[in-house]
Amino acid sequence: MKLKENIFTKPETAATRDGFGTGLVEAGERDVNVVALSADLTESTRVEAFKKKFPERFVEVGVAEQNLAALASGFAAYGKVPFMTSYASFNPGRNNEQIRTTISLNQANVKVCGMHAGVSVGPDGATHQALEDIALMRVQPNMTVINPCDAEEARKATLAAAAFVGPVYLRFGREKTAVMTTSETPFEIGKANVLWKSEAPAVAIFATGSLVYNALSAAKILEGKGIQASVVNIHTIKPLDREAIVREAHAAGAVVTVEEHQIAGGLGSAIAEVLAAECPVPIEFIGMHDEFGQSGTPDELIKHYKMDAESIVAAAEKVMQRKKI
Amino acid sequence: MAPLTDVEVNELDQKAAAIRATIIEMLVAAGSGHTAGPLGMADIFAALYFRVLNHDPKNPDWAQRDRLILSNGHIVPVRYAAMAHAGYFPVEECLTLRKFGSRLQGHPERTRLPGLETTSGPLGSGLSQAAGMAYAARMNGEKNHIYCAMSDGEHDAGNIWEAVLWAGANKLSNLTGIIDRNNIQIDGYTESIMPLEPLREKYESFGWHVLEIDGHNVAQFVAACEEAKAIYEKPTLILAHTIPGKGIREIEGDYRWHGKPPTKEEAGVFLNELRTLQGKIASEHQ
Repeated sequence: MKLKENIFTKPETAATRDGFGTGLVEAGERDVNVVALSADLTESTRVEAFKKKFPERFVEVGVAEQNLAALASGFAAYGKVPFMTSYASFNPGRNNEQIRTTISLNQANVKVCGMHAGVSVGPDGATHQALEDIALMRVQPNMTVINPCDAEEARKATLAAAAFVGPVYLRFGREKTAVMTTSETPFEIGKANVLWKSEAPAVAIFATGSLVYNALSAAKILEGKGIQASVVNIHTIKPLDREAIVREAHAAGAVVTVEEHQIAGGLGSAIAEVLAAECPVPIEFIGMHDEFGQSGTPDELIKHYKMDAESIVAAAEKVMQRKKI
Repeated sequence: MAPLTDVEVNELDQKAAAIRATIIEMLVAAGSGHTAGPLGMADIFAALYFRVLNHDPKNPDWAQRDRLILSNGHIVPVRYAAMAHAGYFPVEECLTLRKFGSRLQGHPERTRLPGLETTSGPLGSGLSQAAGMAYAARMNGEKNHIYCAMSDGEHDAGNIWEAVLWAGANKLSNLTGIIDRNNIQIDGYTESIMPLEPLREKYESFGWHVLEIDGHNVAQFVAACEEAKAIYEKPTLILAHTIPGKGIREIEGDYRWHGKPPTKEEAGVFLNELRTLQGKIASEHQ
C-alpha cells in the first residue's frame, strides 16, 4: 500500500483538516466551479488557504448552518461544486433536515465537510465533539460518506469528492495525528485498503479515521505476542466495500471495529449489518458506547474511552476467545 | 415595459380561473392535499408562467431560463396546474397528483418532474436555495432572474431569516421574493399563532426593497416584477396580500381549508362557481 516508513518509531503528524485545506486548493485549481462556503470558521476548518487563493470563489455565510446547507444546494443547481464547511456538530448536526431535503433527496452535487469530529477535539468538550455525524449521513439515500485516516488521505479524499458527482459527506479531525499514507498510496471511493496483512490472520480489524493508526499499532503489539492480524482502512463508510470486508472477516473468523463515533449507526453497525447477512463471526466494537464525551486532552480521552492501541489489543484477544466457544 | 392592457389582464385572469379549476379537479382526484393556498396563489402563478418568467416549457433545462423556487412546497398543485396549462406536460396528468408512480408528488421533487427547480416541502429553506442560485448566477455573469415564492407562515422558521439576512448583505438584485400574505397557517391566523408584523419593516431593515400589492391583481403583480428588476444593489420582496381560497366564496379566508381537499359534491359547486366567475357569467358547462 506504499505507506511511509518509520510510522511506528518516528511518525510524522498532521491533522486531517490540514489535508482537507491542501486538497481544497488543489481541487480549486483543477475545477473553476469549486466554491467554498464557510460558517464563520474559515481558519479552523482550514478553508483559509482557498479563500486567499480564490477570494471570488469563497462565500462567507456567518453562523447559520441551515442557511449554509440550503445555499450550497442553490450553488450546486448552477453547476458549482460547493464545499460547505463547519464543525461536524453543526454540519451535519444542526442542518440535518436541510441536507436531507435540499441535498440528498434533491441529488445536489454538494460536499458536506464536518470538522472537529470525535472526542479528540479535546478541551472544547462534549458539545463540540461530534459522535453521531456518520450515522446521520449514512442513513440518507444518495449520500456518500468518507472518513479519511490521515492528512494525506484527507487531501486525496477531498480531490476525489470534488471529481465525484453527487452528495458527499467528508469527516475530519482537529488534532494532529500520524500520517501513514503517501501520495503513492491508492485511494478510491468505496474501495477499502488493507494496510496490515498476515499469512493466517486470527482477527480482522476494521478501522476508520485517524484511529487506523491505533489499529496498526495494535496489530504490531499483537504480532509481538505471536498473534496474526489484518488491519483494513475503511475510509469510505458508504458505500461499504462489502467484498473486502467479507473476505477479511472470513479469513480471520473474528472482527474488531474501531471508530471515534457512536457504535450505534456508525462503522460498527455498518460492518455488523454486512457480516450478519454474509459472514456471521464474533465482533467486538471499539467506539463510543452510548455516551457523550467531555473535556480533556485528546490522549486522555482516547485512552478513557478505550480507543487506544492497548484497548484494541484487548478487544482482539477477547473476540478471538469468543471464536473458540 | 408598458403596463398590462385590459385585454392582457383579462387573458391572465382567465388563465388563473383555468388553473383554479384544475386545482379543484386534481385535489378531488387525489383525495388529500391543500386547497386554500394554491387557490390563493393562482393569479400570481398565472402571471408568472404566462407573462413574467422567461422560460421554455419544451426545454425546461434551458440554461438561461429564469428560476422559480417554490419554498412552501405544499401549495405545489398551483404550480403543477400552471405548468400543465403552460405546456410542460398534459393537463390530464394533473389528475395523477399524489398517486403511486406519479411525477406529481404530494410535495415537489426536482428529480421526478422536469421544470421544478428544487425539492421542497419542509418549510423555511427555499429562500436560501434561491439566494444560492442568485449568487452563483451573478458569479457566472448571467442576466436572468431568480424568483422565490414563500408562505407567510413559514416565516416562523429561523432558516428563512438567515437567508433574508444573507441575501440583503450580498445585495442580490437578481433575486425577488414573493410572500403569499394570506394570514393563515395550519393552527389558525398567523397573527395569533406567531405574529409576523411589521413584516414589511422587517425585510426593509434587512436590506430589501419591498413592494406591497394586491395578490389577485395581475397588473399590479407584473408591474412589481418589472420594478424589482430595475432595483440595483438590493433584493426585492413582493408582499402579496391574498385571500386564501380565492375564487370560491364558501372557503375564502377560512383557515380550516388550509390542509384539506374538497369532497366530490363540494367540488361540483366550486367548479361551477369558478366557471361562472362567481355567478357573473354563464358557464359553458351548464
